[in-house]
Amino acid sequence: MNAPAIEARGLVKVFGANRAVDGVDLDVATGAIYGVLGPNGAGKTTTIKMLATLLSPDAGSARVLGHDVVREAHTVRSLVGLTGQYASVDEDLSARENLVLFGRLLGLGIRGAKTKADALLDEFSLVDAATRPLKKFSGGMRRRLDLAASLIAQPPLIFLDEPTTGLDPRTRLQMWDTIRRLVAEGSTVLLTTQYLDEADQLADRIAVIDRGRVVAEGTADDLKRSVGTQSLHLTVASHGPHDGGTGPVAATRRAIREITGQEPVLTPVSDGARLTAPLDSAAAVSELLVRLRTSGVEVRELSMSRPTLDEVFLALTGHGAQDAETPVLEEVHA
Amino acid sequence: MTTATLTRPAPAAAPATGLGAAVSQSIAMAWRGLVKVSRTPEQYADVLIQPILFTLMFGYLFGGAVAGSVKGYLPQLVPGVLVMALITASTVTGVQLREDMDKGVFDRFRSLPIARVAPLAGGLLADTVRYVIATVLTMVMGVIMGWRPNAVGAVASGLLVIFCAWAMSWIFAFFGVSARSASAVQGVSFLILFPLTFLSNSFVPVSTLPGWLQGFVQVNPMSHVVTAVRELTAGGTGGADVGWALLGAVVVIAVFAPLAVRGYMRKV
Repeated sequence: MNAPAIEARGLVKVFGANRAVDGVDLDVATGAIYGVLGPNGAGKTTTIKMLATLLSPDAGSARVLGHDVVREAHTVRSLVGLTGQYASVDEDLSARENLVLFGRLLGLGIRGAKTKADALLDEFSLVDAATRPLKKFSGGMRRRLDLAASLIAQPPLIFLDEPTTGLDPRTRLQMWDTIRRLVAEGSTVLLTTQYLDEADQLADRIAVIDRGRVVAEGTADDLKRSVGTQSLHLTVASHGPHDGGTGPVAATRRAIREITGQEPVLTPVSDGARLTAPLDSAAAVSELLVRLRTSGVEVRELSMSRPTLDEVFLALTGHGAQDAETPVLEEVHA
Repeated sequence: MTTATLTRPAPAAAPATGLGAAVSQSIAMAWRGLVKVSRTPEQYADVLIQPILFTLMFGYLFGGAVAGSVKGYLPQLVPGVLVMALITASTVTGVQLREDMDKGVFDRFRSLPIARVAPLAGGLLADTVRYVIATVLTMVMGVIMGWRPNAVGAVASGLLVIFCAWAMSWIFAFFGVSARSASAVQGVSFLILFPLTFLSNSFVPVSTLPGWLQGFVQVNPMSHVVTAVRELTAGGTGGADVGWALLGAVVVIAVFAPLAVRGYMRKV
């Protein structure tokens, strides 16, 4: 299969007055994990639903493994597995019955469906709970079952819509392992997440989505580089974060601005302030320290790091990743 | 988690299409419906109580007035109650479908390469169990009260009514996929149900009705089904009304099944 896993051009979906997806382009190569990163309501789920043929785009087009999602919807459905944000399994059936049902729907036959169900239950450590009512399942077990159900047909492309939202840290790591294993075995995974560390850990490439648009695309390193190669964190002592124009914080701020040419971000800490700024060369740090000693500023802590995706997100969108100030863009499920 | 049982994804098989696949997918969905029934048998209470209650109540209430005796009224009444009970049961289909569709699992059904009609047809097929129960209960209640139908005719009429109820359930399935909520489906269904079942020849001889009402009663398809059941259970042979009932059922399916599937596809 030489066609790219996903090729989307100018996807648009409008719900009433809300342009939930507003011109999304995506290019996903096969055999990798592609992360779609964005806050709640950014349009991630709507995008996935269009790619998985659950919603038809209002404008634009998309091809999945070379097949148009609108004109060849039935073929696309046979090539993708979808694990939704909310477990799409039947609450009234047991885990095994769910897997058998989906197996039968996919044409495995009764015996084939049962064999497949048992193999997947084993694979996802659900054997002990196989006949228990789903209502007694934990969130992690439900997700695992949901993912197992997506894998019955061994689809070459798997959509995971926020696969770890609401999971405890241990279950989350298990889910990460499972996802990595899927890709190691040859699948392509497109996952959405609102966790920066998840995209950072898992995804080979990342598209950052905000308010229905892709605001940045690339590897995690690309994205981090786009806001400077290094990030400087400096904590200085003061009587308050805003010490007029003459105190140590203002002096530090001025020094950073003059030496690096960047405006630092100021965070108040107890009896002082923390200043963060992107940095192009480490050499600037020694110059800065000399300047601060001359000015008599007491440096409490100094560190340099690669910028986190959180900082990337802030730089790209003007607001933090966990920022919940976008209620207008709440995704509508009519 | 154990390792290495997942095989490398093969290029997915060509999606199964065609009538054969649609039928086997519908049967798989019907199996799902039956498993759900076995988990919550209490939701069948209405189907159990209505036939017994109506046969008893109407039999003793109207028997003397309409036919001179309870026993004399039963050949008229039991077919009437039977049709009414099954049509009522078919409205439940729409309500349950609506509730079912609001659940996450329908997202998965939509994302699978299966016939679009299968989730609906399967659910409706599973509801046949409901109709069989109502049919058997109504007939048994009639026999207990002294009704003596032709045995072959009783079986044949049972099958006819079940088929008609299944056809009707597509109408309510259509309401189910179109309406906003389950309670809205219930409301609309009852608005249709009451005139259709009561303004028929189910409970009283048509000759006692005012002329304008006789006109409606005679074109009411329910009247044809009731007459067909009366003829079958009385003599074991059916007349033209059996044909009309079957034709009506087929037409209803032909019109409402595509409408319901289209409505279902539009819901997201």
